[in-house]
Amino acid sequence: MLRFLTRRVLGALVILLIISAVTFFLFYAIPADPARLACGKVCPPETLEQARHNLGIDQPLMVQFVSWLAGIFVGRDYGGLGHCPAPCLGFSFVNRAPVFETIIDRMPVTIALTIGAAVIFLIFGVATGIVAALRQGKPLDKIASVSSLIGASVQIYFVGTLAMYFFVYQIQVFRQPKYIPITEDPLGWFNGLLLPWLVLALIFTANYTRITRSTMVENLNEDYVRTARAKGMSGRSVVLRFALRGALTPVITIFGVDLGTLIGGAIITETTFGLQGIGRLAVRAVDYSDLPTLMATVLLAAGAIVVMNVIVDSLYAVIDPRVRLS
Amino acid sequence: MFLEVNDLTVDFHTEDGVVHAVDGLSFEVDRGSTLGIVGESGSGKSVTNLAILGLHNPDTAKLSGSIKLDGHELLGAPQRELEKLRGNKMAMIFQDPLTSLSPFHTVGQQIAEVYRKHKGVSKSVARERAIEMLDRVGIPQPKIRVDEYPHQFSGGMRQRAMIAMALVCDPGLLIADEPTTALDVTVQAQILDLLRDLQEQTGTAIIMITHDLGVVANTAHDVLVMYAGRAVERGTMREVLREPRHPYTWGLLGSMPSLNHPVDVPLEPVRGTPPSLINVPPGCPFHPRCDYAKLLGPGVCTGERPELSPHRGHGDACYLPLKQKAELRSQHGKQPGKEAS
Ligand SMILES: Nc1ncnc2c1ncn2[C@@H]1O[C@H](COP(=O)(O)OP(=O)(O)OP(=O)(O)O)[C@@H](O)[C@H]1O
Ligand code: SF4
Ligand SMILES: [Mg+2]
Repeated sequence: MLRFLTRRVLGALVILLIISAVTFFLFYAIPADPARLACGKVCPPETLEQARHNLGIDQPLMVQFVSWLAGIFVGRDYGGLGHCPAPCLGFSFVNRAPVFETIIDRMPVTIALTIGAAVIFLIFGVATGIVAALRQGKPLDKIASVSSLIGASVQIYFVGTLAMYFFVYQIQVFRQPKYIPITEDPLGWFNGLLLPWLVLALIFTANYTRITRSTMVENLNEDYVRTARAKGMSGRSVVLRFALRGALTPVITIFGVDLGTLIGGAIITETTFGLQGIGRLAVRAVDYSDLPTLMATVLLAAGAIVVMNVIVDSLYAVIDPRVRLS
Repeated sequence: MFLEVNDLTVDFHTEDGVVHAVDGLSFEVDRGSTLGIVGESGSGKSVTNLAILGLHNPDTAKLSGSIKLDGHELLGAPQRELEKLRGNKMAMIFQDPLTSLSPFHTVGQQIAEVYRKHKGVSKSVARERAIEMLDRVGIPQPKIRVDEYPHQFSGGMRQRAMIAMALVCDPGLLIADEPTTALDVTVQAQILDLLRDLQEQTGTAIIMITHDLGVVANTAHDVLVMYAGRAVERGTMREVLREPRHPYTWGLLGSMPSLNHPVDVPLEPVRGTPPSLINVPPGCPFHPRCDYAKLLGPGVCTGERPELSPHRGHGDACYLPLKQKAELRSQHGKQPGKEAS
């Protein structure tokens, strides 16, 4: 198990390195001059030259990449332009702050949004999937499949905007979405995020219902499930301990992908609800040609997916001893 | 009798129509004895035995008749009551031990949980019992094997583990649904020996479902031959194998490899295909495939359905007079079905 994990983590690190290199070269191929930004509005040519030197962009690309990488571990100093302590993902001259700091600042919003919605859609999706599988062809199953079809076909900005208009402005059952740190006001935190959670969950649940239902239907027909019943296990234990166990693998697979994607920045959701998370940060970075920030958000998005992959792989091994022991 | 099945009928309501999988089936099994149930694929062997355990989906399967285990009526009993009996008083082992064991739990867990569920003992007692059972079914190093997963076992070992799981609560009835079909020949013989030994020790009644008349000859005391969900012949193993009466049984015997079977004559399966269970042929369901129907007058085999007769002992469901069958048998040697066509 330990060997399995080490292998996966090492693999993930290599992938992250490759992704950083690719994004780095991609972004620095864009003809935007970070030095001009760093230098400020009125910028005499000699100061610009100095800025270029301090930023290191007069160096060959490869050297730049290495110093960028080194910055992650030891930090960086941009002459008089700014200081960026380790882990340094670059310095944003738009925000006048190290990128890492901004990310850390925005992260809680995105994480709270993601985790809250994920808890709802995972539990709700799996539960409705199980019920639908047990009631195959009955009214409850049909209701579940119709609503999951609806859920799968609507778009977040559409439902989100509609929900905002109706629930917040018209009948006012929800607060205007807003992020309040949980440490400051737990109830405010909850109320501020409730509507985005529900809207996100509405859209994602459909997929979980569908996948849980189909794998449960399959698993309920497995021989070992029949054996469990033949040896007198109760109905509930047969469903939860035997059939569901086998259905977990595909659910966890898509859950990992969804979670990774959402942590990387729920751009549309955050925009719809006006939440200042990673997604909004990325949009702003594009607007202002803030390359270091943009690159960091792209890297974060990729990193989130890679990390979720490692976690999912390890969970496979926990769930299925055949994976662990092979 | 320990198990008494009377006039059992199982219908499945499907989109294509009602499948009459079992129709008016009666048989009994006593403690310490083995009933072999044989018949082609689709003749209703598994459906019958799943009905005994109460494992059919009540939404699609409609059952009628009576199934009495040790005097208690099982048909129509509430699920909770059946749950208490399954694994405890009656148990089943299946054809493919790999898919029939849970891949997610150790062999020990799967055996121990049955014992805990029905005997209410502690985890450690149940574990000890699991080790003891593994030892009894001949698994070496049971203390180590108890913590392994089914995929770490060989095919024969898995079936032994399955048997250990089925017998952990000392059930009065064991149903073995083709327990050796998925195993290779030498392992097959070992598993059958094991079942026989265990039966001698515990006096369990066994129902042995099989396609293989060799397995019947080796294990069964009594035999029930099924065709299209009905019993077409019943008797002791010797009676049915030595003096088979029903033309379908003749066909089955003709399709069976035997020591004195000449090598240059190929084995022939019973001619024709099994009938639809939605539109079962009227009269004797075997008549479309039977070579002897023409010996009887027209309309005889297609009219009324023949019942098993006589009611006790060696009986079969066919209109041919007993004397004529004996003649046919002696004319064609031991296996009249083969030469008849
Ligand atoms: N749940 C079900 N719904 C509809 N039809 C069924 C169902 N289960 C079994 N049948 C039908 O009942 C018939 C008898 O099936 P059964 O499994 O008892 O045959 P069998 O004698 O055990 O055959 P085999 O030797 O292949 O195991 C088959 O035609 C099968 O298609
Ligand atoms: S009743 Fe007629 S059709 Fe049926 S087995 Fe006997 S001879 Fe053949
Ligand atoms: Mg079968």
